[in-house]
Order: sequence, then structure tokens, then C-alpha cells
Amino acid sequence: MGMLEAILITIATAATPLLIAAVGELVVERSGVLNLGVEGMMVMGAVTGFGVALTTGSPWLGFLAATAVGALFSLLFAFLTLTLVTNQVATGLALTLLGLGLSGMIGESFVGLPGVKLGSIYIPFLTDLPLVGKLLFGQDPIFYLSLLLTGGVAYFLFRTRAGLTLRSVGDNHASAHALGINVILIRYLAVMFGGACAGLAGGYLSIVYTPQWVENMTAGRGWIALALVVFASWRPWRVLAGAYLFGAVTIGQLHAQALGIGVPSQLLSSLPYLATVIVLVLISGNRRLTMINTPASLGRPFVPDR
Amino acid sequence: MRIELVKRPQQSALFSALSPFIALVLTLVAGAIMFSLLGKSPLDALYYYFVDPLREIWSLHELAIKAAPLILIAVGLSVCFLSNNWNIGAEGQFIAGAIAGSILPVMFPDFQSWIVLPLMLIMGMIGGAAYASVPAFLKTRFNTNEILTSLMLVYVAQLFLDWMVRGPWRNPAGMNFPETRDFHQYAILPEIWSSSGRAHWGFVFALVAAVVVWFMLSRTLRGFEVKVLGQSPRAGRFAGFSSSQMVFFAFIVSGALAGLAGISEVSGAIGQLRPTISPGYGFTAIIVAFLGRLNPLGIIAAGLILALSYLGGEAAQISIGVSDKVVRAFQGLLLFFVLGADTLIHYRIRFVGSAPRNAEVSHGNA
Amino acid sequence: MKKTILSIAAAAAVLSFGTMAAEAKVKACWMYVGPIGDFGYSYQHHQGLLAVQKEFGDQVETAYLESVPEGADAERALERFARSGCNIIFATSFGFMDATNKVAGRFPDVKFEHATGYKREHPNVSTYNSKFHEGRYVQGVIAAKMSKTGVAGYIASFPIPEVVLGINAFMLGAQSVNPDFKVKVVWANTWYDAGKEADAAKALIDQGVDVITQHTDSTAPMQVATERGVKAFGQATDMIKFGPDTQLTAIVDDWGPYYISRVKAVIDGTWEQQDVWHGMKEGNVVMAPYTNMPDDVKKLAEEAEAKIKSGDFNPYTGPITKQDGSEWLKAGEVADNGTLLGLNFYVKGVDDKLPQ
Repeated sequence: MGMLEAILITIATAATPLLIAAVGELVVERSGVLNLGVEGMMVMGAVTGFGVALTTGSPWLGFLAATAVGALFSLLFAFLTLTLVTNQVATGLALTLLGLGLSGMIGESFVGLPGVKLGSIYIPFLTDLPLVGKLLFGQDPIFYLSLLLTGGVAYFLFRTRAGLTLRSVGDNHASAHALGINVILIRYLAVMFGGACAGLAGGYLSIVYTPQWVENMTAGRGWIALALVVFASWRPWRVLAGAYLFGAVTIGQLHAQALGIGVPSQLLSSLPYLATVIVLVLISGNRRLTMINTPASLGRPFVPDR
Repeated sequence: MRIELVKRPQQSALFSALSPFIALVLTLVAGAIMFSLLGKSPLDALYYYFVDPLREIWSLHELAIKAAPLILIAVGLSVCFLSNNWNIGAEGQFIAGAIAGSILPVMFPDFQSWIVLPLMLIMGMIGGAAYASVPAFLKTRFNTNEILTSLMLVYVAQLFLDWMVRGPWRNPAGMNFPETRDFHQYAILPEIWSSSGRAHWGFVFALVAAVVVWFMLSRTLRGFEVKVLGQSPRAGRFAGFSSSQMVFFAFIVSGALAGLAGISEVSGAIGQLRPTISPGYGFTAIIVAFLGRLNPLGIIAAGLILALSYLGGEAAQISIGVSDKVVRAFQGLLLFFVLGADTLIHYRIRFVGSAPRNAEVSHGNA
Repeated sequence: MKKTILSIAAAAAVLSFGTMAAEAKVKACWMYVGPIGDFGYSYQHHQGLLAVQKEFGDQVETAYLESVPEGADAERALERFARSGCNIIFATSFGFMDATNKVAGRFPDVKFEHATGYKREHPNVSTYNSKFHEGRYVQGVIAAKMSKTGVAGYIASFPIPEVVLGINAFMLGAQSVNPDFKVKVVWANTWYDAGKEADAAKALIDQGVDVITQHTDSTAPMQVATERGVKAFGQATDMIKFGPDTQLTAIVDDWGPYYISRVKAVIDGTWEQQDVWHGMKEGNVVMAPYTNMPDDVKKLAEEAEAKIKSGDFNPYTGPITKQDGSEWLKAGEVADNGTLLGLNFYVKGVDDKLPQ
């Protein structure tokens, strides 16, 4: 395995959980709901995924459980913000608090146990190709799933009728409602999809990335995912670009340190954040384009008149 | 069966007053169930959580210390959120204020005079405001979304502080540990009533800020402008208000208050700069702001409640051995109930059978 | 008249308090900076608490607070401990230093023990620390023997003296075997973020290191090393379960003996202020079994360990050259503890620059 290929694979592993969680949140926000609880749902997914994979011995069951728990956990948020119309920002943050606490309680007995890892795929001949074999045909299955997910969401949002409906709910829930669309139902489904993705992303951390359970093991990745949705101006392929940019700068700075270039590590560590800001500044010059893609009803409560 | 909300014609005064109590009752019930399941006496747990921290004077001081930064930051954030500016980087502005305010005692330790402290507080506010004006500038000039920029600048500020206290600002007498020199006596924010506890003037600043911002929002043209631009930028523009000026105004006010919170915390409660000076006040304050319904006076109450939940959690851990995770989960539940109960202020709740959905054209209340 | 009544009441109170104290159990309290579920630093301190429970049973009551932020919260937490009847309080992070001393001044009857600090402003404050770096020296010896590339990777948390001390000791151990040995350092700027530590390990391996050691808490580097087929050392706890074919040894922080002795001193009424820096000799630093290495390397490691354990050898014994080539210690000269506790420069061969 060449050094460049190895670095690219490391970047892909770092970017995949961010991508999955961000794509999920993108769908949520496109439906007009801002769920700041990504970190909490993710950490719940991580602990469930780890626990189920460990007890059953099957990483796939772990992923299934992580996804399901993410979706279930997000239902709590959906009930509060959509049915009881609580404030979305505060509810999302409370969800994060609850998730961090609950996952710690659940995971107490998992500390110090090696987990079950989902390995990389191997396709004879293809995986053995020089230079790109492992990169293209030798990664873990969830990596491929994350790419499919991105493409699928892009297709769904912009090429299907259901996607159009979802976007119209996010752009103007009053007129969507007037057209007979069940705004609340669609938002429930979107929030649950986002929860499922966050759960899956958490499972990726505890089953693929680092097969172990440590408290707060998401370490702020849910927040980065949130930022990436904004970075991408709510467009799926841009989320992918953002996640890989963030991953690349993160890994790049570690390599720069290992080379011993003598720049303070704090400065290097802050590069991923600075890079994201700078790139966003460079690409958001076109005000109109950004406006078109921003869901106009984002974060606003909706109660149908009766 | 479905739950349906019916909007009240006007806010219910009854439920405005009752909702905190409803939330409290629900929290007590849920807490009792949760603690019993964990094998702890629910009465003890709830006692330590909600009553014990309020029983002694010293603990009330601690409550004020914990609530001060939350209130200060949240009051500033209310201006941002009301004007539809999504500043979620108050944590970074808190740190920037702490660093800027510490310049005098750290770099010029020999400059000792009563003027130092006021200068520190002003510099702290300037530092926080300057740091907050970066997302504001990027938003108005480059149309860059402030959620991302303000959040990313939090991490940058944390790492910068880390570098400062390990590098250039390291205490020369501190055995190379990551901390600045101890602030001299003129750089310490005094305690309000030092014979009974260590609460410092930061709490007073928080109360004053809340009252001033409340007055500004409810009694001045500027406050009207904040709300109009927040609800409808278009209507605001027709009224002749500048939305980009408002972006700067909101960010600078909230940045300055977060900066003031930062320097107050450092010079009042800690006494030096260290790699971590905030356990996430800037993020918790977002909850406080909304819990207080974006009303600065409500925010005072919300800040005290949240501070109590931290202190109570600690008391419960020590006294009956509830773990820190249980405490945090319980805190999440508490917030859910408080937020949920507030719904009653604006809506009546109706339980309906699975009747067919009304199909008539209706208008949402965006 | 009034005065007499008061003094009688006071005397009675003192008396009853006295008898109560004789009957009451000793309460020992711990304050951790991280969650006990970090499987690293705070986890090991908590193991110490459990050892105390096991040793004294019903004789001692224990309590702990985890994830206490350094800063204003620490002082409050300590005060609450003191007021809740703790007789001895262990503040287990450097960042609790000033808070510990402040609260100790207010509660002269409570014993305070602060880990890794240097301030003892009141007679009821002791400090204690552990010579983790002694284990690092042994690791260095093993690494230099096991590495084929002659370069080891070091995942570090934050540039504080304790960590720098470890890096240098590792280097000195390695150079005792191979004078040209190199160490690449990556600062993760976190104590535990499994993902970031894993990334750092991957970056180091991609750059050609074939032995990994870490001064961060998660087991992720061990798992990465296993995947990539290089060797690694465990940190703070025995991580053999995470790398049965990978772990060479691990430095295990065993706080149990110290905690037991200090709690016992409180029970016996013999507690006195002290400043200790225990290491292998006192059983505070324990090497996990030497695994996954040939017998000759194992023998060398055991010799190094025995040498340090006997107290005859300090890893920081000259000749030692600083990174910039200037002389630090002459042949046979031993560094004093004061310098070591505040160490902020590298020895020759470390491929990194410290923030100044």
C-alpha cells in the first residue's frame, strides 16, 4: 500500500461519520427543522452499536441497532418540537445533554472491552490493484454506503416528487399545508431519517473507526456535521466535499506534525476549522444561489390552523 | 388518538405563571421513577437535587457564581436570536474576552493600580465584541452563514488560549505548567459579600445587563428594530432599518457580554488564565436564552434554574452516589419538561380520536 | 450568665462531637477531571478508590465526583466535599491545584491530597505524583530493540512537563540501545478522543514508524497498531485485550497502595503533610507483562526495570545532551527532581519542537 493511498484511506475513515451524520441532518433541515441534537443522537448510536455488536458478535446487527436507536431517540425531539412546538434550538441542545448522559449510563459496563470490528471488503484482483486497489475496492462497507447515501439523498431531493414535497415543506410550510401536504408528518419522517443517519454515524465510530466504547466518544463530531450542512448550503454533494475537506486537513496536520515542521500543534489543530471558514467565504459570494438553497422555514414552528 | 394544538387568541397569563410548576411536577415524577429504577431513594435524590444546594448561604453564593456567566451570555444571545442572527459561538467570544481582559495583569504585572480592573473589564468586552464581529463581518460582506463561522471560531479560540498559556503567557514561576501568573490584587474582581461566600461582582453585572437589555428591547426604538428585523427582514427594510447594521449590533452586543462574562469568570472565580476556563458556558447559555423565552428577565430565572441543576447534580453525586451520567440525563429531562410545559402558554392541547383530517384550506402561522 | 450557658453548650458540643468522631467512619473522597469511563487516567484513580474500599470495607465511606471541570467548578466541588464530611480528599488533576489550596485554607481539619501539583500552602495539603517516566525508559529500551526502521511514534496529549518527561525518558531508554534512534511526536491536543488518536497513529505508521507509544488515554492507537501489524505500548492501564499480538508492555498507574496508606494514616491519626514522587520502587508504576517480543529483548527490559526498581538507577543520569546539542548533564550527574518536574526541553534525537 502506497503512502498516498494509505493517507487517502485514513481521510475517508475520518470523513465518513461526518458525512453520514451531515447528510441526515441535511434532510432534516431541508424539511425546515433545525435539530442541534446530532451529537446526542450520534453518541446514542455509538453506545448501542457497540453493545449490540459485542453481545451478538455481529457488527451488522450493531449497525442496525445504532440506526434504529438514532431514529427512536430523534422521535423524542420530533414529538417535542413538532407536536408540542417547543423551541427547536433549545430542544436539540437538551437532546444532546440527555444523549451524553444516557449513553454514559448504558455504556458503563462496556468500558475497557474491545469491540467487534466490521472489516474491510476484499474483492480478489480488484482490491489488489496497485495504487488504487485498496482505496476503491478495499474499504469498509459503510464507506460505500455513505457514498450511496449521499447520491441517494441528492437524487431523492432533486429528482423525485417526494423530494420536491419535502423541500416545499422546508421552504414555505404555510403554502405546503395549503396544498394539502401533511407538513407535520413529513417533518416527523425527516427528523427520524436524520436520527437514523446520526445513529449510523455513531455506530461507525464504535464499530469501524475505533471499535471500543469510551464516554463522549463522539468528541464534538456531531457539531462538525451540523456545520458541514451549512457549509454545503444544504446540497448533498457539497456535504461530501466539506466532510472530505475537513478530514483531509485534520489528517494533513497530523502528518505535518509527524514530519516535525516545528509549527505549534495548536495552530495546526485549528487548521480544519479555519479552512472550513475560509472555503465557505470563498464559495458563498453568490448571494442568490445561497438564498435559493436555504430552507426558508428553517427553525420556524408550524401549527396547522383548524 | 392524536394530540392537537389549538392556538390561544392571546398568551395565557395563567399558564405563563403555571407552566414552570407543571414542569416541576412532571420532572419530580419522572425523576422519582428514574431514581427508583436505579435503586436510589427518590425522595433523597430529589431533595439533594433541588433543596440541598439552596439550604446554605455558601451554596447560594456558588449558585450565583455558576449562574452569572450563563445569564450574561444568554442575555446577549437573546438580542442575536430575536434579530434572527444565529450566534452559536458565544463560547469562543467568552474565551476571547477572557484573553483580551487578561492582557494587563499577565503582560504588565507591575502596573498595579485601581484602574486596572475597570480597564480589564472594558478590554474583555472589546475582545469578545471584536471576536463576535468576525462572523458578523463575514455574514454581511461575504454572505457567509454565521452558524458555521461562529461555531468554528469557538475551536480556534480554545486552541489559541491553549497555546497562549503553554507558550508566551506561561507563568514564569509555575514550573512550566500551563497557566498564566496569578493575577495581582488589583486585577481580582472583588467578592460581593466576602464574609459569607465567594460570589463576585460578575453576578451583579449579569443582573444589570439583563435589566438594561430588557429595557432596550421593550422600551426603545432599537428594541423594536431588533424584533421587526428578526421576524421579517423585508418589513424591516420597508421601515428603513438596515439589516446589516443590525447583524453587527446583535453580534457586538452579545460578544461584548460574553467577553465580560469571560473576564469576570477569570478575574473573579479563577484568578488566572488556564487551558480550560469554561465548562461550555457558551453552549449552555443557548439553552438558558430559550428557556428564558428570549426575555432578559426570564433569562435570570432560567440561568438560576440551570445553575441549580448543576449544583444539585453534584450534591446528589456526593450524598447518594448517583453517577454523573444520571445527573446529565436528568438535566436533559428537566429541560424537556420545562420546554414542553411552555407550550401551554400559547396553545391549548386537545386529544382527538382518529378523525379524518380537516381538509379545508388554512393558514400556517409562519 | 448568657456567656456561661453558651460556653457550656459549646463544651457539650465539643464533647459530643468528639465521641461521634471516634465512632464515625472515615470518609474518603475523590475528585476526577475525566469520566471514570475513560479507561485511562481517571479510570485508574477510580481503581485506587475501589482498592481502598476493598481494603477497609465498612470502616471507610467513599464518595467521588467525576468530570469536574478545572476552573470555578473545582473549588465549589471541593468545598461541598469538605462540608459533606469528607475527612480526606484526593484531587486528582493538576488543574485542581489552586482550588485545593484555597479550600484547604478554609477547612484546616480536612486532609487534602493533590496529584501532580507543587503547591502546599497549608499544613493539611499534601502532594503526590508518580514517576511514569520510569516506565517510559523501559519502553524506550524495548522499542529500540524491536523497531526495524529505527523510528518510533509518540502520540502525546498536551505539552506539560509530565509528558515531556515521558518523551525524553523514552528517548533515553532507546538511545541506551541504539544511539541513532529517532522519535516522531504528534500532539493530539486532547486526553481522549479515540478517533483522533487513531488518526494520529495511522499518520505515524504511514510515515514509517513501526512502534507506537502514547500519552493519551484511549485504546485506539493499540487497535490501529494491531490492524497495521506494528507493535505498541499500553498507557495507564493494561490494554492487552485490545492488542493480544501487539502490546509489548504497558505502564500501569497503580494508585491503590498510595491511597490505602494515606487513608490508613487518617484512620490512625498519623496523617502528616508530605510531598511524594513514587515510582516503580514503591509500586506506583507497574509494568504489564512483557509480551510479543523475543526472549533477549524481554531479558533486557527486565534488567532495565530491575535497575530502576532497586533505586540504583535514575533514567535521567548523564551524560545527556539537549536537543540543540548543548550539554545538560555530565557523565554520572543525576537531574534533580525540581528540574524534572518542570521540564520543558527535549533531549537529543527527538524530532519535534516544544512551544516556548
